[in-house]
Amino acid sequence: MFYYILRRLASVVVMVFLITATTFALFFASPIDPARYTCGKNCTPTILEGNRKALGFDQPVTVQYGKFVAGLFVGRDFPDNEELRTQHPEQIVHCSAPCLGYSTTQHRPINDMVSEAWPISLSIAIGAFVLWMTLGIGGGITAALNKGRLADRAIVGSALVGFSLPTFFVGLILLTFPAIKWGWVPIPTFVPFLTNPAAWAANLILPWITLAFFFAASYVRLTRAYMIETMSEDYIRTANAKGVARWTVILRHGLRSVLTPIVTAAGLDLGGLLGGAIITESVFSLHGLGYLAVNSVTYMDLPTIVAMVMIVSSFIVVANMLVDIAYGFIDPRVKVA
Amino acid sequence: MGEKFLRVNDLHVHFPTDDGLVKAVDGLSFDLEKGTTLGIVGESGSGKSVTSLAIMGLHRHSRARVSGEIWLDDVNLLEIEDEELRSLRGRKMAMIFQDPLSAMHPYYTVGKQLTEAITVHHKVSKADARRTVVDMLGRVGIPNPNRRFDQYPHEFSGGMRQRAMIAMALINDPELLIADEPTTALDVTVQAQILDLMRSLQDEFGSAIIMITHDLGVVAEIADDVLVMYGGKCVEYAELDDAFHQPDHPYTWGLMTSMPRLDRDRQERLVPVAGNPPSLINVPPGCAFHPRCAFREYSPLPCDSVVPELLQSYPKHDSRCHIPVPKRAELFSEQIAPKL
Repeated sequence: MFYYILRRLASVVVMVFLITATTFALFFASPIDPARYTCGKNCTPTILEGNRKALGFDQPVTVQYGKFVAGLFVGRDFPDNEELRTQHPEQIVHCSAPCLGYSTTQHRPINDMVSEAWPISLSIAIGAFVLWMTLGIGGGITAALNKGRLADRAIVGSALVGFSLPTFFVGLILLTFPAIKWGWVPIPTFVPFLTNPAAWAANLILPWITLAFFFAASYVRLTRAYMIETMSEDYIRTANAKGVARWTVILRHGLRSVLTPIVTAAGLDLGGLLGGAIITESVFSLHGLGYLAVNSVTYMDLPTIVAMVMIVSSFIVVANMLVDIAYGFIDPRVKVA
Repeated sequence: MGEKFLRVNDLHVHFPTDDGLVKAVDGLSFDLEKGTTLGIVGESGSGKSVTSLAIMGLHRHSRARVSGEIWLDDVNLLEIEDEELRSLRGRKMAMIFQDPLSAMHPYYTVGKQLTEAITVHHKVSKADARRTVVDMLGRVGIPNPNRRFDQYPHEFSGGMRQRAMIAMALINDPELLIADEPTTALDVTVQAQILDLMRSLQDEFGSAIIMITHDLGVVAEIADDVLVMYGGKCVEYAELDDAFHQPDHPYTWGLMTSMPRLDRDRQERLVPVAGNPPSLINVPPGCAFHPRCAFREYSPLPCDSVVPELLQSYPKHDSRCHIPVPKRAELFSEQIAPKL
């Protein structure tokens, strides 16, 4: 098991590096001049060249990538200039490891921007995850047990509606009515969990519902389909023949088998969502990672784009790895050697 | 011995489907004493397994319509509450299923699944339960039961898994044990061991056993009484010796001539029962077996319109056929017996 995890970790590292290299190559080899986006409307060739040199965009792409990777491990200084470092150390911004780069539009290390944004995305993702898993699995089981009856049709129907309605629509409806018109919940602003857990939840409940509405739909269908299949298995009949109580059969014998596909889907969905819920964050004006990503694309902030791609893809790759490791614990037939 | 422990009376199990009503079991009656074994024989779809699931109360209310009476001691299993039935299942009556791989949960160790069978009905400590399970695994002939306890079903061989299933069924000393083709998925040597095991466990626990099978050889090994089912109905019901020496229904004859005999030197091909099992939705009118029956010309009544009753042919020997009893005896001794 230990070596299996070690091997998986190694492949994760390789994967993330391949992704950064590709992204780096794609964006920095493009005809876009990143330096042009650093100096606004009153740009002069002197400022432009100065910025280009300060941010290292005058060097070959390979050198830039080398510095980027080095920065991830040991940190780096902006601008990377020996002369300036000795004469005006106060003008140098140090970005400590793992340094993700320096934003060309916000003129500060990307790490600072990310560390402001990630608690917001994390809070949104965790709450939505708990909500949609509860609704999805609970709804799926209820539908499966009432297969063909009214409850089943109602649940599957609303799951279809939830899946079909765009997130921005649901989000806007929720923002307009419960928050703005009726005032049941505050208009979402982020309150850190540690400052005030109640306010944290009250402010995030609408984004949670928005996301859960969308994600729960696929979990309802997934759970329902696998649950119906499992409940007709011979081992469920055996459990009944032993005299096991109905709900114990459903949960311990039935749901236990459905866990594998659910964990697979949940791991990947959560991994993706941790990288930011772009639309939901925009609708509710929460400045999480998704908002950061959209902004960096809007303003052609190349270093931030690269950093965001790296963060999001790392989450997904790591989630993938965790799901694989989880298989070993969930299904005893999976031999991890 | 002597008292009727299980009495099944006019049992019907019908399944409404989109294609029509499936009459899987249609008016079945039999009884069983403690310490004895009833063999229920028939082709696939004759209603054997449906009968056993009905006794265990394992049909879903939403799917199956079960009517009639099933008396276990002095309770009618079809009238008691679900919860009361549940408390009988696994404790007073237990079942062994056909395919021991799919009948065990793949994600739990064998020991855990057997332990659950105890703890569902009895309050016992974990250590006590483990001791009982390990002891039971040993008694059904599983070597190293203490180590096997912690293994998963996929780490067991087919025969060992079936032994574990038997251990699971016997762990609460049930008074009624229903075995649904317990040896079908196993090879013959293991099959013989399992039958021996069931017999010796019956001697030990005095349980009543219902053995469901399509294999007359298995019935000959283990049963005291034989009930032959066709199209959801009983066509012949007799004590083992009578059923084998004086079978009284053309379908039973067909089953017997289609059975390979290793103790005879015979070069002829086996004779299958011609035709296919009947559809349970459109059961043939009259005698359900008439389209496949080679002897219907001897019947004084029209087999394709009048349903034969289950009548006593000999003492303790019932069958369902229009052909007069003496004629059947003659047909058997002249045409069937020489082929056996």
